[in-house]
Amino acid sequence: MRQQAMSSRMIYNRPIPVSRIASAIGDKAQRNTQTYGRRPYGVGLLVAGFDETGPHLFEFLPSGTVLEYFGAAIGARSQSARTYLERNFDQFPEASLEDLILHGLRALRDTLAQDKQLLSQNTSIGIVGLDTKFTLYDNDDVREWLEKLGDVGSTRGRPQPVEPEPAATEDAPIADAPPPETDTVEPIETDD
Amino acid sequence: MDHNPANWGRPRADVYGPYNAAIHNAGPMARTQQPSITGTSVIAIKYNNGVMLAADNLASYGSLARFTDQERLIKVGEETVVGLSGDVSDMQYIQNLLERLIIEDNYEQDGHHLRAPHIYEYLSRVMYNRRSKIDPLWNAILVAGKKDDGSPFLAYVDLLGVTYSAPTIATGFGAYLAIPLLRKLAANDGDEKNITQEQARAAIDECMKVLFYRDARSLDKYSVATVKTDGQVTIEKDVRCKDMSWRFAEGIRGYGNQQL
Repeated sequence: MRQQAMSSRMIYNRPIPVSRIASAIGDKAQRNTQTYGRRPYGVGLLVAGFDETGPHLFEFLPSGTVLEYFGAAIGARSQSARTYLERNFDQFPEASLEDLILHGLRALRDTLAQDKQLLSQNTSIGIVGLDTKFTLYDNDDVREWLEKLGDVGSTRGRPQPVEPEPAATEDAPIADAPPPETDTVEPIETDD
Repeated sequence: MDHNPANWGRPRADVYGPYNAAIHNAGPMARTQQPSITGTSVIAIKYNNGVMLAADNLASYGSLARFTDQERLIKVGEETVVGLSGDVSDMQYIQNLLERLIIEDNYEQDGHHLRAPHIYEYLSRVMYNRRSKIDPLWNAILVAGKKDDGSPFLAYVDLLGVTYSAPTIATGFGAYLAIPLLRKLAANDGDEKNITQEQARAAIDECMKVLFYRDARSLDKYSVATVKTDGQVTIEKDVRCKDMSWRFAEGIRGYGNQQL
C-alpha cells in the first residue's frame, strides 16, 4: 500500500484516493484466492482516510472484497461494536470530533470481555480529516479520552437497565433479562 | 555433428568464437534523434480568471511549410490544455499517452479526476525518463489549467526534462520574441491578478503577429485556447494575424548585404 501511495505522489503529485488504494490491495488479495499454490492473506483491514471526495472508511477482507462503510468493526468480538455503530450511525455526520471519538470508544468498550477495561495500555485512537493529518493517540495521550468516556469497564455480565414503561398500553412492562453468561475461555484483548 | 538444437543454424563456435546471446535481447538503436516534422513556438500567459495559450497551425518539414492544418493545442480531461512544440510524431505519441491516461483514470468512476498539476507531473516524469535513456521525445510542452487552490496553473517541460512555472511562458522563438512582450503585462508572480481576458488576448495576438514577422518557420493562422479557473475550456481555431504591414518588403533587393 505504501508503494502505491508513493507511486501516486511521484507520478501525479497527488495523494492517492482512498478508494483506489483499497481496491488495489483488494485486487492483490483476490489474486491469491484464484492462483494455484497460493493462499489468501490472513488479515482483514479497516482503511480510513480523507481525500478530495471526503472522508472514507473501507473494510478489506482476505477474499479481496472491499466495502465502504459509515462505521465498521472487525475482530473476534466485533459484533457488539457493529451493533452499537448500527444503532448510532445517524448521529455521525453531524457529530463533533469529540463525539465521534467517544462513539468509537463506546463501540470498542462493548467488545470487552467480562471484567476487562479500556486502559491507556490497550487502547489507541487514530484520527484523520480535512485539515488534520493522520494523528495517533497512544498510551498517555489516550488517558484524556478515557476520562471523558467515564465508564471504561466491560458491560458484559452486568444487569441491564430496566426499559421505561411504554405509554398507554395494557400489557405489563417488559424488563430486560440479564444477558447470558460469557464464555469461560480467557479471550485475547482486541486493540483497535 | 552438434546434437544440441540450440546451436543449429548458428556459426560454428570453434571457427567464429563463442556465440553472443545479446543479439536476442537487442532492441532498435535509440539515440538522440533529429526532429523531422516540427511545430514552432507555443506561447501562454496567465490572467485574472485563467490562462490563455496560442500556437500556430504549421508543421514544417525543415524549411518547407508542409502542413498548414496542424492543431498543437490539445484539451486533456475536462479542465486542462496542453500545447506542444517540436517534433510532430512525438507530439502525436504524447497525445496518445495522455488520452490513455484519461481513459484509464476514468475506469474507477469514483469521482476523482486528473487535473493540470497531475497531468503536468506525469508528463515531466515521462520526459525526464526518456532523456535519461538518451532517447528523448523532442518536444517543449506547456501545460495550463488550474491548481487545487483554484488559481491559474501554467508550467513548462521539455525534451531535457527541464521544468519551470511562471506567469508567462513560451517555447522556441517565442521565448526570445514573445516573452518580453508578455512580460509587459505580467512581470512577476501574482501580476496575473490584474490582467483581464481582453488584455491577455490582445497581448497574445500581438505576439503571434511579431512571431509571423520574424520567425521564418511560422504561419499567420493559429489557435487560441482559454482555460478558465471556473473549469471552462475553449479552443478558438483559424485565428489570423490582422493589420500586418509588409510595406518594408517593397524596398528590399537581394538577401542581407547582397548588392543587386
